[in-house]
Amino acid sequence: MSGNKSFFSLLFNYCIDQHSRIISLTLEHLYISLVALLITLVICIPLGIYITRNEKLKPYVIGMANIFQTIPSLALLGFLIFILGIGNKNAIAVLVMFAMLPVIQNTYIGIKNVTPSLVQAAKGMGMTDRQILFKVELPLALPVIIGGIRVASVWIIGTASLAAAIGGGGLGRLIFSGLSSLRNEVIFAGAFPATLLALLSDQGFKLLQAYLTPERRAKRVLKKANRVEGTEKTESKKILEKMGEI
Amino acid sequence: MVIFENVSKVYPDGTIAVKDLNLKVKKGELIVLIGSSGCGKTTTLKMVNRLEECTSGKIYVDGEDISTVDPVELRRGIGYVIQDIGLMPHMTVGENIAIVPQLLNWNKKKIAMRTGELLEMAGLPAGKYKHRLPKQMSGGQKQRIGVLRALAAEPDVVLMDEPFGALDPISRDNLQNELMDLQKKLKKTIIFVTHDIDEALKLADRIVIMRHGNVEQIGTPDEIKNQPINKFVKTFIGENRLSEITTDTSIEVLVEEPFVKVTPDVTASYVLEKLLDIGRESAQVVDEDENWLGMVLMTDIKKVSSEINIKELLRLKRRLYIEEATLEDAADILSEDDLPIPVINHDNKFMGVVTDNGMARLTISSLKRKQVG
Repeated sequence: MSGNKSFFSLLFNYCIDQHSRIISLTLEHLYISLVALLITLVICIPLGIYITRNEKLKPYVIGMANIFQTIPSLALLGFLIFILGIGNKNAIAVLVMFAMLPVIQNTYIGIKNVTPSLVQAAKGMGMTDRQILFKVELPLALPVIIGGIRVASVWIIGTASLAAAIGGGGLGRLIFSGLSSLRNEVIFAGAFPATLLALLSDQGFKLLQAYLTPERRAKRVLKKANRVEGTEKTESKKILEKMGEI
Repeated sequence: MVIFENVSKVYPDGTIAVKDLNLKVKKGELIVLIGSSGCGKTTTLKMVNRLEECTSGKIYVDGEDISTVDPVELRRGIGYVIQDIGLMPHMTVGENIAIVPQLLNWNKKKIAMRTGELLEMAGLPAGKYKHRLPKQMSGGQKQRIGVLRALAAEPDVVLMDEPFGALDPISRDNLQNELMDLQKKLKKTIIFVTHDIDEALKLADRIVIMRHGNVEQIGTPDEIKNQPINKFVKTFIGENRLSEITTDTSIEVLVEEPFVKVTPDVTASYVLEKLLDIGRESAQVVDEDENWLGMVLMTDIKKVSSEINIKELLRLKRRLYIEEATLEDAADILSEDDLPIPVINHDNKFMGVVTDNGMARLTISSLKRKQVG
């Protein structure tokens, strides 16, 4: 590498020259990751719920997700070229397979960790199975499930750079072209936004997790009730303060 | 009104949980099912809202054969309180109470009114408590809310499965009194399961004593107390044994299993780990033939090196003989030092220990008996 100063000036110049390319690649990176994450959720949350109802299938489903996660993603990309060809489609498929495990596992664990007596109480009060799932099990499992999504999102954003290896887009383009032309500033211009995206996503889901805790929700319910009723303000304020302490 | 007609429950593995039960719970009656664990009382209760299905016989709730009713609809019409309270931790107190009304699609205004009314009835001002979370309430308050939730949709029949089992004696007493007041006003048909005979005698209009899936006796508390039908019922209600306790009573009534019992061949560090694990201060050392060798104290163990054999730490002076020791002797020793007292017989066989805790429990329950009796 040729001195720090020149690296930074090279980077600065590159960013100025290529800013529209960097931005569009970042957006494409985000797009690939988002699509992959959404598909992962659509497949894996129902799958996780399903295996809580059919325990026998659990080792197969988790085992499969485990295998997908263990195969090196670059090799998986290679395999799928035969089926899906090159490009983003192939990359998204690999990302989905790669990120399945934490979502399935956390959905399963989150629901399994719901105290059995709560389910029993819900059933005894006359909730249908569907109502038990949506009113009791999923709300209680939500923080754990979001935790799984958080891990999956970071994995996806990190691995999405590989899409460029098989003709897909995203920030991987910059990284790979920087590598082949030995230009550190180009590698950095790709790697930095990719890292930033991963960190932001991690923090974002962390905040969401906190937002969805029962305590925070109770506060919101209370605030809403105050707006509607507009009475007993002092009393509710006291409760709010008390909640703050806890 | 709930009627059991030749109801049996046999599990697929052949265990008979309930055998040929016939019982008519009258409208407005509080009936208590009691028996030791595994006697079929909880199963009987759960068959009423079809959390368990009976294998033969018929159950009628308000004249309707429940096997012809959709279980979900049936359960919405029957109040249900469980031992673990089962309040939804992610819902506020108000939302918890509103669960069944919401399932029944009551309108919002009616639900809010009903919730407020119930909370006021239990002495929990709605303005203050409605939007709290269950975990911000005390154990007694939570159980009150559990009861309110069961009453929310104004069911005629309420099932209560050891609702006060997990509470401390004082909250338990309060809640029992509140339930009795409530019942005077509301006149619900209540089936109440417990294993505590004092609770049964206090609350019940009639008591059903069960054993191994069979009914041993059905009667009012007075009938059960005065005319126990057989030896089992007699021993079950304790024959007022407790109210006759004096300071000269043998310590027999107090002897219990020790928390930590070890054989003499273990090391000090092993015992220490065990004690720390369950938070006790002493252990009893007993050989394979149940001969008592002594007790060891945590304070002694901490002083020595960890690989030492515990035989060297045995203390022999603190002990009582089951043949002659009285409650007064035990109280004397406990007042000096509250560690458990080992109890042995004249052949040096280990019988168990007497603890300060056991002593306190006995005192309270005998005082209570005297009040009731």
